[in-house]
Amino acid sequence: MPVKRLGLIVNPVAGVGGRVGLKGSDGADIVRRALELGALRESPQRAQLALRRLVSLRDQLEIVTYAGEMGADEARAGGFAVTVAGEPAHAGQTTAADTEAAARALRDAGVELLLFAGGDGTARNVFDAVGDSLAVLGVPAGVKIHSAVFATTPAAAGDLAALYLQGRREALRLREAEVMDIDEDAFRQGRVSARLYGYLQVPYQRTLVQSAKAGGVAGDAAELAGVAHDVVNDMSPATLYLLGPGTTTRAIVEALGLAKTLLGVDAVRDRELVGADLSEAQIVALLDRYGGGEPDGPAPQARIVSTVIGGQGHIFGRGNQQLSPAVIRRVGTDHVIVVATQTKLLSLGGGPLLVDTGDPALDLELGGYAKVVTGLGERMMYRIGAPS
Amino acid sequence: MNSRRRQAIERGSGGAPLRETAQQKVTRLARLRRDGGVLRDYRAPHWDEPLIMEMSTAGERGIVVPPVEDAVHEAVGDAAGYIPAGARRREAPALPELAQHQVLRHYLRLSQETLGMDLGSDIGEGTCTMKYSPKVHEELVRHHKAADLHPLQDEDTLQGLLEIVYECGEYLKEISGMDAITLQPGGGSHAVFTNACVMRAYFAARGELPQRNEMITTIFSHPCDAATPMVAGFKVVTVMPDHNGYPDLEAVKAAVSERTVGCMITNPEDTGIYNPRIDEYVKVIHDAGGLCFTDQANANGILGIARARDAGFDACHFNLHKTFSSPHGCEGPATGAYLVCDELAKYLPVPLVTKAGDKFHLDYDRPESIGKVRGFLGNWMGVIRAYAWIRSLGPDGLREVAEISVLNNNYLDRLLMAIRGVSRPYAEGHRRLDQVRYSLATLKEETGVGTEDVHDRMVDFGVQSYWMSHHPWVVPEPFTPEPCETYSKADLDEWAAVIKRVSDEAYADPAIVKQAPHDSSIARMARLEALEEPKQWAFTWRAYQRKIKEER
Repeated sequence: MPVKRLGLIVNPVAGVGGRVGLKGSDGADIVRRALELGALRESPQRAQLALRRLVSLRDQLEIVTYAGEMGADEARAGGFAVTVAGEPAHAGQTTAADTEAAARALRDAGVELLLFAGGDGTARNVFDAVGDSLAVLGVPAGVKIHSAVFATTPAAAGDLAALYLQGRREALRLREAEVMDIDEDAFRQGRVSARLYGYLQVPYQRTLVQSAKAGGVAGDAAELAGVAHDVVNDMSPATLYLLGPGTTTRAIVEALGLAKTLLGVDAVRDRELVGADLSEAQIVALLDRYGGGEPDGPAPQARIVSTVIGGQGHIFGRGNQQLSPAVIRRVGTDHVIVVATQTKLLSLGGGPLLVDTGDPALDLELGGYAKVVTGLGERMMYRIGAPS
Repeated sequence: MNSRRRQAIERGSGGAPLRETAQQKVTRLARLRRDGGVLRDYRAPHWDEPLIMEMSTAGERGIVVPPVEDAVHEAVGDAAGYIPAGARRREAPALPELAQHQVLRHYLRLSQETLGMDLGSDIGEGTCTMKYSPKVHEELVRHHKAADLHPLQDEDTLQGLLEIVYECGEYLKEISGMDAITLQPGGGSHAVFTNACVMRAYFAARGELPQRNEMITTIFSHPCDAATPMVAGFKVVTVMPDHNGYPDLEAVKAAVSERTVGCMITNPEDTGIYNPRIDEYVKVIHDAGGLCFTDQANANGILGIARARDAGFDACHFNLHKTFSSPHGCEGPATGAYLVCDELAKYLPVPLVTKAGDKFHLDYDRPESIGKVRGFLGNWMGVIRAYAWIRSLGPDGLREVAEISVLNNNYLDRLLMAIRGVSRPYAEGHRRLDQVRYSLATLKEETGVGTEDVHDRMVDFGVQSYWMSHHPWVVPEPFTPEPCETYSKADLDEWAAVIKRVSDEAYADPAIVKQAPHDSSIARMARLEALEEPKQWAFTWRAYQRKIKEER
């Protein structure tokens, strides 16, 4: 039986800040305070929940991991064959640097999939270390889970990893999933400041999506192409299109034969790129330049194209803060085009799309229903709510 | 045989030993029934049969045709000479060459490897209304007065058939409350497509195309309700369910505009939840100037109880091959009945079957018709079966069909909801009609065994696998049984017992389920995803050979 190599990283301190109300676990001080407050380490247990679902593959698996609490303890407890690829610099006091070093070491050891237990911070460290060079899947174990790289539960992560490692066709495809993180200091002061850091390559189970019945070429690429062609077909002349970050908006810009800034806001007018990776000020300047939008004058000929960022369903206020309340008001809430694949909407499990612009009045105005563009000639009525 | 398989078979078999006397069998089955056990000992035949194309032996013949007698040849000449030169084959077709007995044996073996509709319980086939179709109907459609009709016969010589088509249409008008009908479409989706075309013709005549280009549907409607308006050139706006499982009425209100063509929605939806406020949805669409169509493939539970027209719908359809008794879909030719209100009648396909005095006519003189949608009269075999079924039941019988199917379903629901890992999303506390979309998300979370695994294990007990759901899976890990009015209590008990057994196995030893089926003719069905890899599939022998060659 050929042996598959599964990488495992457990961030042993992920999540310790949550139960004791510290809103995160970034930094040694917070971890120490959390443990002083009586926080329990939950991520080892969550990693074990995931590994338990891989027990039937035990004879075919070699788990490559870091020493002790970074994975080896959990893997051995599950009875797996373990290869230790390294150890944290200071046992008992693991840091982000250890996560990054471990991710690189596991990739270099040739693992087929890297399973990590942690939160947004851990996802960011893994992203910084391996980027898109490796298939990665998150076991949710942190306080902050805004990134889309996590399975819904530890058990679901284990099941998906099993399907992927067995080469089961329904789980073989990878998709780009957002790595988000929130500035914890700002969060503790009552502000949410989320950044979109990039995309990891994540396996996903395709039962949620329309499969081969839909036509010859299914999957993400076909869904994205449908959305992109719909928006491009409907583009009006002499109109400024502000396209937020994301893989869906990237598909639109690429359908025009242009290059998109994946993590930033780009502007397109008459099929030409008129601004890339724009700041809020640069967007306002573009709106000034292309006329209109004065307090009592005509609305500018502009549209905002926004998509779902992260695993929780935000269309504004996470990773696209350049599309500020001032920008949205100038363009007009009626001129916001929300785009998302059906897969993405259904992965929200019935939860609403979220807006958190920082301007509660505007959030209310944006609430209600969006006619989300989900494909060529396809719309879905989807609820928009403010975060509770 | 590996030990896991042996174990699974032993557990699945209800304890039937491989050798027992007749008396032992009687005693064992009696004890099984007494203990409430209803699982059957089942072993699927497996013949390891090659494709017929691989069985060919050059020169072998099924029937050796006797040579033409000299006198005939002299009188007729060379028969091949009658075929135009351009239509003659240069080479013989590459057909397999086999003796008669081999052909017969081959197809008998294949049929044994199939769990056919008359062989076992098909309760699991939700949204398909797999009802028993009386065998006497087959006598009727195969009667020479029906089977020997020529499609180009003059209508004067078709009066009997036209009377059946006309009368059947009158009954369906009464059942739906609509004013006019065509029985021409060759299936449910075809009737739904006919509706998209009729709505397009209606707005074209009013000069409102292309301004009105958005059709509203719901995520739990059948896929054809979104696909066919798209083929007709409309955009499609899909509404998600609210927390009660009904289409979100507020979303419908937000969706309508001056661009609204109308709605094409399945009612009741596959969730089996009766929607008592359906007229409010209709009103929202009408107020926006749109037309309302309802897909009634799920009509079994509302026959004689609720009528589409009474809820305000402008058009609807029935599947005669489901609700009105014909073998379903691929198991027999389908017929879609499409019905409309007066205002839309002039757009119906030609010809309509009309009656003047005692005579029936094929009316082609309908200038605003969308035209013909199928050759000749469509699949009139389905119409004959539906006519016979309606006539044999009468109005009270039709209502009883609905009542018993709802009763059956709620009995089965009671059994299923007592099984660990099974849940029924939406509308807590509300009874369902003739079907339910259940979820095995809990089973999956707790054991790793999902709906596809359960689906694959069921056949080991001699019952057909169930229908999971249309895509996308809004209900996670779904399955959708639909026990119609024809099932006995014993059938329902057996079906629930299979699900119960598989759930017990999932909690005790999930590998038994995940590696299933253990004792079926085919080990594992290819997943739909495989169809996305053109190299992986072939629909013809010729394509198969070409792809194999390319691979080498």
